[in-house]
Amino acid sequence: MKIHEADARGIFAEYGLPVPPSRMITKAGDAKAAAEELGCPVVVKAQVLVGGRGKAGGVKLASTPDEAVEKAEAILGLDIKGLTVEKVLVAKAVDIDKEFYVGMIFDRGSRKPMMMVSPEGGIDIEEVARSTPEKILKLPVNPEGGLMPFQVRRLSSFLSSDKEVSRQIGRALKGLYEAFMGSDASLAEINPLVESPDGKVWAIDAKINLDDNALFRHPDIAKMRDDASEDQGEVEAREADLSFVKLDGKIGCIVNGAGLAMATMDMIKHFGGKPANFLDIGGSSSPEKVLSAMKIILRDENVKSILINIFGGITRCDDVANGLIEAKKKLGLDIPLVVRLTGTNEKQAREILASTEMIAADDMEGAVKKAIEAAG
Amino acid sequence: MSILVDKNTKLIVQGITGRDGGFHASQMVAYGTNVVGGVTPGKGGQKTEDGVPVFDSMAEALAETGANTSVIYVPAAFAADAICEASDAGCELVVCISEGLPVRDMIKVLPFITERGTRLIGPNSPGIISPGRSKVGIMPGDIHAEGRVGVVSRSGTLTYEIVYHLTQNGLGQSTCIGIGGDPIVGTNLLDTMELFAEDDETDAVVLIGEIGGNDEELAAEMIKNGYPKKVGVFIAGHSAPPGKRMGHAGAIVSGGTGTAAEKVAAFAAVGVEVADTPAQIVDIMKRLI
Repeated sequence: MKIHEADARGIFAEYGLPVPPSRMITKAGDAKAAAEELGCPVVVKAQVLVGGRGKAGGVKLASTPDEAVEKAEAILGLDIKGLTVEKVLVAKAVDIDKEFYVGMIFDRGSRKPMMMVSPEGGIDIEEVARSTPEKILKLPVNPEGGLMPFQVRRLSSFLSSDKEVSRQIGRALKGLYEAFMGSDASLAEINPLVESPDGKVWAIDAKINLDDNALFRHPDIAKMRDDASEDQGEVEAREADLSFVKLDGKIGCIVNGAGLAMATMDMIKHFGGKPANFLDIGGSSSPEKVLSAMKIILRDENVKSILINIFGGITRCDDVANGLIEAKKKLGLDIPLVVRLTGTNEKQAREILASTEMIAADDMEGAVKKAIEAAG
Repeated sequence: MSILVDKNTKLIVQGITGRDGGFHASQMVAYGTNVVGGVTPGKGGQKTEDGVPVFDSMAEALAETGANTSVIYVPAAFAADAICEASDAGCELVVCISEGLPVRDMIKVLPFITERGTRLIGPNSPGIISPGRSKVGIMPGDIHAEGRVGVVSRSGTLTYEIVYHLTQNGLGQSTCIGIGGDPIVGTNLLDTMELFAEDDETDAVVLIGEIGGNDEELAAEMIKNGYPKKVGVFIAGHSAPPGKRMGHAGAIVSGGTGTAAEKVAAFAAVGVEVADTPAQIVDIMKRLI
């Protein structure tokens, strides 16, 4: 789960990171009071859940409260990568002398939390990794011992040779590690962490992605989810316990299992079609799940045919068949359905679907070809 | 020989009184797996319909049955504890079917079980099967056949699809293993490749990868440095958009890395054939063997 910068700043502040004070507003007029309260200059920042806000004109500096209102007006309503800006953050601006990158992830290779720092802050860290990998220092952290003092010294001295600045960075790194572990994040990053001309260190940006599987033990963080900034189908799917990702083709897909769902989309593409979505109905099938899946797919008007590809194991083919009959009755389907059911209770499923107009296919490849043909 | 599970596997089912655990315990018994017991805290003393004794703890279950393997079907919030309990009781192999474990829990589990010499498969794994000998997991047993092809996969149903084609075309399997769809798993693609390398009943390996991480690239590297068996590959997720999690927690293209194209290129660079469709794996494996 992604959360807004404003919320990530809040979490970092709780863990003692040096975050400049800020206010979240939704009306441009409120920028004035916020700027007066914080003291100018302030920076006005679009709150959308995508990167590259600066380049899209979503981050602006204001030197007076009136200018803050102007900038907020310009940013609110802006379209950034398909998302409309509905909230902006007004934050106390900090003079910048140096910019650093500091981040935490879980490293698949070492199977440990890993801290990454670079003196090249403020730019895309993947770009730094590609062009000048020697400017990134990565250290795996043993979760039992936590981030050790010697590691903190090594990381912070990689960023600054100034003793006092390095000490402040070290404190920030400890806070970042604690915030990452404490909130069950999958990524926590400050880009940039800055040093101001007076030798103070500030976290002027904040990004935290949360591990969806751990949200159950962080009800306060779970509330930070912003449904409005997601595709409506994806929100509905999550509520129905389905994995769904919207794409832009015209063949809707309902598949059991993530790998098979990806392979189905790939095969549609391989044979010249375009998938409208990724949808995994998961292991324990029920007719209700199939009905929800169908509803979500039908929200998309581009969909011209629907492909159901099931390899039954735990998923029972007759459950899926019953769900399809139900969906057809309740939703008044008028687009072609191509159905491939193999595995547990396949025979019963065929009998259930025999008297319908659904297009039956014996295998995955045949089903994909029929679905492409039916979509026209 | 096969790898990890065979006729010597003595299995405990953790969560055997639950819906999934109960159902799959019966399926495994029916397949011929030596299921020697089950564990559900507070339900010790019962027997299942198949006559499998239920114990309160793993320590008790191992003491009574001499089991060496466990399979876990408990809810995600309790799965990390179940893995540690099995390891502490002395299980050599633990297969975690449960999905949805927080990564932070896994990070803490791994050093604990490594210290005790336990191998973990999963979490979020469909399990492991050595056809005709032992099935530990949720895969449909009847699509498999005994043979000499090893299968390692990050997926569940996609593996069934590919195994189905292999079996239909006379290519039986030594062992099929689903390592799990999470970013951090106990046994990864490379670990499994090493096990197959040493197995004298495996002639060739089918590797089923997907987007996310760089295990596949490392496997290509391993092959380049001299892998003793032939390998055929399928990669899922060519059409996945970047930054979106495709069902599996580990299936995500992030920061422009972990794409299917990169993985295919890595294998192509070391002369390993990658199938365009699941069915094509059959042609590739027939050529290789």
